[in-house]
Amino acid sequence: MKARQKRFGFLLVGLAGLGLAAWLLLSALDSNLSYFFSPSEVAENKAPVDHVYRLGGLVESGSLQRGQELTVRFVITDNAHKVDVAYTGILPDLFQEGRGVIAQGRMGSDGVFVADQVLAKHDENYMPPEVAEALQKSHVEGISAMQKL
Amino acid sequence: MSARSISWFRFSSPATFYHLAGKMVPWFSAIAVILIGVGLYMSLFVAPTDYKQGEGYRIIFVHVPAAWMSMFIYVVMALWSGIGLVFNTRLSAMMAQALAPTGAMFTFLALWTGALWGKPMWGTWWVWDARLTSELILLFLYIGFIALQGAIDDNRRADRAGAILALVGVVNVPIIYYSVTWWNTLHQGASVSISKGSSMGEVMLITMLIMTFGFWAYAIAVSLSRVRSIILERDRETTWVSELPEMQVQ
Repeated sequence: MKARQKRFGFLLVGLAGLGLAAWLLLSALDSNLSYFFSPSEVAENKAPVDHVYRLGGLVESGSLQRGQELTVRFVITDNAHKVDVAYTGILPDLFQEGRGVIAQGRMGSDGVFVADQVLAKHDENYMPPEVAEALQKSHVEGISAMQKL
Repeated sequence: MSARSISWFRFSSPATFYHLAGKMVPWFSAIAVILIGVGLYMSLFVAPTDYKQGEGYRIIFVHVPAAWMSMFIYVVMALWSGIGLVFNTRLSAMMAQALAPTGAMFTFLALWTGALWGKPMWGTWWVWDARLTSELILLFLYIGFIALQGAIDDNRRADRAGAILALVGVVNVPIIYYSVTWWNTLHQGASVSISKGSSMGEVMLITMLIMTFGFWAYAIAVSLSRVRSIILERDRETTWVSELPEMQVQ
């Protein structure tokens, strides 16, 4: 075996070991690396009860209520479970019903999540308005066609 | 074997590569200027407005290609480092050294443009989610590589230490790429991927690809001209350098 083949072998073994170490580390950290908890995880009591965490999901359509001054209430859902959220402050531009959102705060004793920060989560879709309209239209047409059947 | 087959090892000699790189730099510079020029024009004037984000989304035409380049350059750098360690070729380490500042620049650009986009869209400049944090670690890896190589006077030892750091750091690249699928992150998933295709409008996608190829040509041009300087600096005691026409100062 030539010296260079030996070095190549060392390199491969080293990289494989490193990859394995990284994999073990990441799988040990697992959910600790997640930025937020989903409403289902809250329902399963996986989220911390006594301190601040982030809650992520979709703003349920029709759930947004504007209260006094800047206080708003809405419901975060992951289509399986729901959490009521109260927030006082300015909402980001992309905040919309039916869209992704991440709220940071703590769970109140009454089961309402009191947020001190609300971030809008954007999805990976980028398209011109015409396309979005056409998609929406065909979506609605598709539903009505389904209902006729 | 055909008579026209090229002996690639010939180009691993710095003296040969110096001339080859010198011939390639103007071409890639020209390609970079044209593609980035066309790409920026399309980004700002041709690409349609996004249905939800309005005009503010246009920063992705710089952000996404820069982020791609930051990861891609790191992989190339690690590859050169590995070749250098295995074959003991001097030029490989010089290539890695030449790529590092450009990679660091693209990483910084990706982080910076991301922050500018994040403020209006998410409502924050920065969050410690898996995607943003791993990209920041990439910036530190580049800076660490540059610092480590610069801190050791003996070139051979500097190259070796840098190469090992570059190879160790390469585990971070798949983490960056898959962070948005492995964990819940504020950062959205990939709009363009090899397995799933693209979830962008067609003109937007084309514009982004033009910018990417422009950045690519820029990275090649800049790192080739940087590697020429590194070759001259390291081989300054040799006869071939002293005989170069550009060295004949009156």
